[in-house]
Amino acid sequence: MSAFDVNENVSPINFKEVLQPSPFQSRIDEYGIVQEWMSWNGYKTARVFDTLASEYFAIRSTCGVMDLTPMEKYRISGPDALTYLNRLVTRDITLLKPNRVTYVIWCNDEGKVLDDGTVFHLQNGDYRLCSQHHQLDWLLLSSLGFDVTIEKETHDVAALAVQGPTSCAALMEAGLVDIDRLKPFDIGYMTLNGMELMISRTGFTGDLGYEVWTHPDRALDLWDLIFSVKEQGLFDIRPTGLGALDMVRIEAGFIMPGDDFNTAETAVRADRVRSPYELGLGWLVDLEKPYFTGKQALIAENTEPAKQRLVRLVVEGNKPPMDAFLYDQKGGSRIGTIKSCVWSPILKTNVALADIEFQKGSAPIEIWAEIYYQKELEWRATWARCNISKKPFWAHPRSSITPPQKF
Amino acid sequence: MTKPVSVVLVGGGHNGLICATYLAKSGYDVQILEARESVGGGASSIKFGGDYTVSGLAHILYGLNTKVCKDLGLDISALKSSEPLNTISLQLDGNHITLGLEAVLGEMISSKDQQAYRTFKREFRGYAEALEPLMMNTPPRLKDMDRKDKFTLAKLGWSLRFGLGAKSMREFLRVGGINIYDVLNEVFDNSALKGAVSFDAVLGQHMGPRTPNTVLTYLQRLWGECQDTQMIPKGGMGKISEILEKAAIDAGVKIRTGVKVKKICVAHGHSDGVVLESGEHVEASIVVSNADAKTTLLDLVGAPQLDAMFCNRVNSIRQNGDVAKLHFALNDLPNFKGLSPQELQHRLIVAPDMRYVEHAFNHSKYGEFSQHPVLEIIIPTIGDSASAPEGHHIMSVSASFAPYDLKGGWSDSRRAFLNRVIETIDQYAPNFSSSIVTSDLLTPLDIEEQYNIAGGHWHHGELSIDQSFMMRPVHGSAQYQTPIKGLYLCGAATHPGGGITGMPGHNAAQRILSSGDLG
Repeated sequence: MSAFDVNENVSPINFKEVLQPSPFQSRIDEYGIVQEWMSWNGYKTARVFDTLASEYFAIRSTCGVMDLTPMEKYRISGPDALTYLNRLVTRDITLLKPNRVTYVIWCNDEGKVLDDGTVFHLQNGDYRLCSQHHQLDWLLLSSLGFDVTIEKETHDVAALAVQGPTSCAALMEAGLVDIDRLKPFDIGYMTLNGMELMISRTGFTGDLGYEVWTHPDRALDLWDLIFSVKEQGLFDIRPTGLGALDMVRIEAGFIMPGDDFNTAETAVRADRVRSPYELGLGWLVDLEKPYFTGKQALIAENTEPAKQRLVRLVVEGNKPPMDAFLYDQKGGSRIGTIKSCVWSPILKTNVALADIEFQKGSAPIEIWAEIYYQKELEWRATWARCNISKKPFWAHPRSSITPPQKF
Repeated sequence: MTKPVSVVLVGGGHNGLICATYLAKSGYDVQILEARESVGGGASSIKFGGDYTVSGLAHILYGLNTKVCKDLGLDISALKSSEPLNTISLQLDGNHITLGLEAVLGEMISSKDQQAYRTFKREFRGYAEALEPLMMNTPPRLKDMDRKDKFTLAKLGWSLRFGLGAKSMREFLRVGGINIYDVLNEVFDNSALKGAVSFDAVLGQHMGPRTPNTVLTYLQRLWGECQDTQMIPKGGMGKISEILEKAAIDAGVKIRTGVKVKKICVAHGHSDGVVLESGEHVEASIVVSNADAKTTLLDLVGAPQLDAMFCNRVNSIRQNGDVAKLHFALNDLPNFKGLSPQELQHRLIVAPDMRYVEHAFNHSKYGEFSQHPVLEIIIPTIGDSASAPEGHHIMSVSASFAPYDLKGGWSDSRRAFLNRVIETIDQYAPNFSSSIVTSDLLTPLDIEEQYNIAGGHWHHGELSIDQSFMMRPVHGSAQYQTPIKGLYLCGAATHPGGGITGMPGHNAAQRILSSGDLG
């Protein structure tokens, strides 16, 4: 053994290459006209390929394609995989049938949310957990006492999110013939041109959409297959960046751990952590199922009304309420802050996710945002009335119809 | 009057027996389930080599709590020798030193050191006594304190400030967290004396004299000394357990031996009984475990019933034993240079100086056993000839350091370690090895297996500051409670820790009685 063999165990990422390339990188670089890059879990990811507006409307009106490879992916298998997952997350995973996906959150011992993600039941007793942030340490820490294997497979699975009203039609045109049978949260498999594909009807856009998973070696083939449909002039298909994704996910009311609340692992100050109830995710907590981490704390917390809540707000006016403070009346007492907001091009209104105080478990009667904005380099302030939206701002019926309509 | 409800006690060690007796005396129906053939756990007598009886694990009683003895009507005075138990620190040249409760004697000891020893013992016993409010009570929580927690803290504060006085309290706060090595170098000149005192600070622990925290472990040892029950019990430690067993049975405790608990049942976060290895289900309103925290929570309850981080805290408890126990059957009394046969009834130690002890410990830090082990030797047959055939003797030895996770495993190293111990004793008593009839070595691995203590640690976990008081065994399970309602801990894993003191059992019983869980 030569002295240099040790290098084989070191990450193949060159230290000079600060951001890791995705298996789709050569295509992404080709399409990334504005070269607006950002890091997503250490991967070189486009915030915008071309223009934000065209990418946003690709998702909402035609078909957007986004590289999902940087999403943290963990394979969970072994005899105790199910009991392990059921002890990890707040939802009852025994109800998750093979070839189905479910949205989950998991908490620390104190019942405060660590992260959210999706569990894919691939085959009997074989699961994939996808999460927003790196979770391997918590997953391993939780495995004490369980006969379970946990492998990080972020780098080993390439995936594309194909989202938008024409996503189903476009994918079928590309040869993924049977996908119109998939109900929301279903998983299907197929082999196409020698490519092993897994297709799930899932997404983070609140619209019709699919996620297509394959081996990294075939990543470029998958990309080219999908974009060949565009080249034939049949559908407008555009690569979309994280900027457009952030717009559509706020419209869909999906929260982003780390942006909309401090994850329990990263919070330093004691009052910055949030329970599922405080995030409006109480519906994900099953207090009747067998023990899970944080259950005791959540049972205790559930006896009292939440003191603060993450809510969806529709903000009047056309000024974006970026980072705005919220008050119980114009010039009144401060009751919260805006966490994420966007001017929704399709709804023609400002929508936001905001963390606000609940007095005795009830929402404030009035919520006002104090908005600072610039007009030709001059700062101005204005007040905007905010209304809590019980439902996601954007929820189109086409997202759940099976088989999907052909647009 | 409330109807008696049933309490199941997992394990009948001395703390289990004491806890059960308190509960039974308060009118509850208590059953002890003991895996071994007899109760007593670490405080029991065993037969070996045919006709020899010896204390199986613990062999010296340091301080069975006097309040416990009084409360439960335990009379152990008959087991005590008429002479107070001294410690004789063996020296190669035969100029041994004898350490008593108050005085130290020895040719090499200067009058300055003799005076210093008196002052040191008085001062340090004072610190140990000042900790009494903490020892005999549930350790107070620092968050969400109830009235009792505040009262305990107030008593502790009062005892430290006014019991000790301002000057002593300052000194206590100075030395409380540091190591015994520095303190003894300040106080004494004679290296043999320093070695002997440092021995008491590290015995049973994975610590050397230079390890921070060793002043605290020494104080815990002294706290036992304050109880005035220090002895090598006639007939072995099993006699103590027999007395405890009788008190328990008299109080109405039912004892079943030879039944191993397989699982503690939990339904809706509440323990409602246990399942035995035989498959039998024993229902109970509450379950009290005398087993160590790892065994109780990770094996008997199981991780799936508990929070993930809590399980990891339990799993991270440092409770790997570092002391081996050896029994020797001898056909002749060992002839220790410079000691009369009568002096052999005392506790003999091999810890000639602090460097020797520290070097012995160094090996165990790297997974090796000590090449020059630190020894505690007793010859119980001097005061109690009934334990061995006529003319024969028994030697019982605690040998440090013998790490649980020995590099390469114990099976190939047993003989080598036994030889190291025999060679070491031979240096002081040349006829020792030739008089051995048979010997018996218990490594921490054997202690784990035979006494059902995960890691084979005497104290069910190191008595270090981070594993003491309200953090013993771990935070989230202090105050004798566990996250499982109706499941309590009462063994050495809980505050104030190991040794045959009875305090964890006493405190756990008080806690259970005040909890309201028994209706």
